Amino acid sequence: MGGRDTEVVLLDENGIRCDGRKINEPRRIMIKAGVLKNANGSAYIEFGDNKILAGVYGPRDVHPKHMSNTDTGILRCRYHMQPFSVTERKNPAPSRREIEISKVIKEALEPAVMLDKFPRTAVDVFIEVLQADGGSRCAALDAASVALADAGIPMRDMVSACAAGKVADTIVLDVNNEEDQAGQADMPVGYMPNLEKITLLQLDGVLTPEEYKKCVQTGIDGCKLVYEIQKKALTDKYFAGGNE
Amino acid sequence: MGHTSIIDDLKKKSILELLEQGKRIDGRSLEEVRPLDIEIGAIPKANGSARVRLGDTEVISGVKIQPDRPFPDMGDKGIFICTAEVLPVAHPSVETGPPNEDVIELARVVDRGIRESHMIDLSQLVIEKDKSVVGVFADNSVIDYAGNLFDACSYATTAALLSSKTPKWEMQNDSPKLVEGAESDVPITTIPVSVTMAKIGDYIVVDPNADEWDCMDARITITTDSDGNICALQKGGHDGFRHEELIKCGELSVSIGKKIRETLKQAKQGSQ
Repeated sequence: MGGRDTEVVLLDENGIRCDGRKINEPRRIMIKAGVLKNANGSAYIEFGDNKILAGVYGPRDVHPKHMSNTDTGILRCRYHMQPFSVTERKNPAPSRREIEISKVIKEALEPAVMLDKFPRTAVDVFIEVLQADGGSRCAALDAASVALADAGIPMRDMVSACAAGKVADTIVLDVNNEEDQAGQADMPVGYMPNLEKITLLQLDGVLTPEEYKKCVQTGIDGCKLVYEIQKKALTDKYFAGGNE
Repeated sequence: MGHTSIIDDLKKKSILELLEQGKRIDGRSLEEVRPLDIEIGAIPKANGSARVRLGDTEVISGVKIQPDRPFPDMGDKGIFICTAEVLPVAHPSVETGPPNEDVIELARVVDRGIRESHMIDLSQLVIEKDKSVVGVFADNSVIDYAGNLFDACSYATTAALLSSKTPKWEMQNDSPKLVEGAESDVPITTIPVSVTMAKIGDYIVVDPNADEWDCMDARITITTDSDGNICALQKGGHDGFRHEELIKCGELSVSIGKKIRETLKQAKQGSQ
């Protein structure tokens, strides 16, 4: 925020970014499904330097009871950062930022989860950020989506997420922490690849209408890359190495 | 706000039936904003203020300007902080106590629109580098609820900031001292305008009212600046948007934002 000028070369003359990536290249992504014993479903993701754990409990009884809905199940989501996940220690109490991110992730997952099949119950998604880098909300959403699938909860589609942004006047895929601080715009995108619907979209920074169109498309292309890795995480667990 | 009942289900049905005929429940066209009434300077004790009515939604925004310590690593920039609160007088469902996630999102979206547009030139608000800077605090209070608080609070904040006068301070013995009679306009670089659109069924409606807000499937708030660029964006709600719908919303936010920017400018001129 604010500090948008820097001496770091964000994009060199060969189109190579500050961490050695090309314009349309995401960071290294690794997802593992089913990493917790007690949770009904879980996933661990490493997305660049992000290390994030997601666990799903439910469908189960709703507490407090007044939150339950007789027509449909409810989805609850908590995005939480560990105090040691960032450079300066973070107060463990939920910040306003974390509450907002919890809400946008919940709303990004809701279109995919068939909650109407479980009236009067809750599905709880707990996301613990062990180490944070740029784009942690997208990585968190990717892990949460795999954890929901791992829990066997009926879903209309997977939700895949990846950010796009504007760095050195160029639209790039998957903005890292450095580019987020020094770049011109950051746009996290969440997408259901089969239903072709965008379920999470935010933007910080200035884009012309043309750049906006390109940025959304770049984000969607990134989500499609992530989707393949999410599928692989699930086939690795359930079909031992992906031999269907 | 956020409660569902059998009435809402019936209301949604009638709203959808009307939309199929190209009509809305309050008689507006799909891309029509409710009447926007802006009263500048409603609170003379504030450094800037505005009382905004967007249809039946009503918001008061007050700007207070005072010396503050800069954020770490941002010693060469003033501070801007924007908050929003939904007062218990605004709606029977509002409870006192800590803000819920809807209100936190509201405050953060309004703040982001102003901040990311770089509306205020914060580099001009430094009293002494790394020691003391000018803090601009814009606080929004929703006093009557009828849907679309995002835009009502955003217009109120922008109008209040446009009309704000900042006092002047000088460093004396390591602390800022007020210079009497040296007020000036807050340095403004652009006028950000947010436009919130709701998706109901397959229809996109601009500036949803309370009934539409309760039954919408998804919403998007897009903020544009004076150059017609998009500078902040927030999707919400329990459904998604198709790519072509997002492109359309982007175009609407530019064209509608342009008209509202003129209304804001006129309100400021009318107050002088």
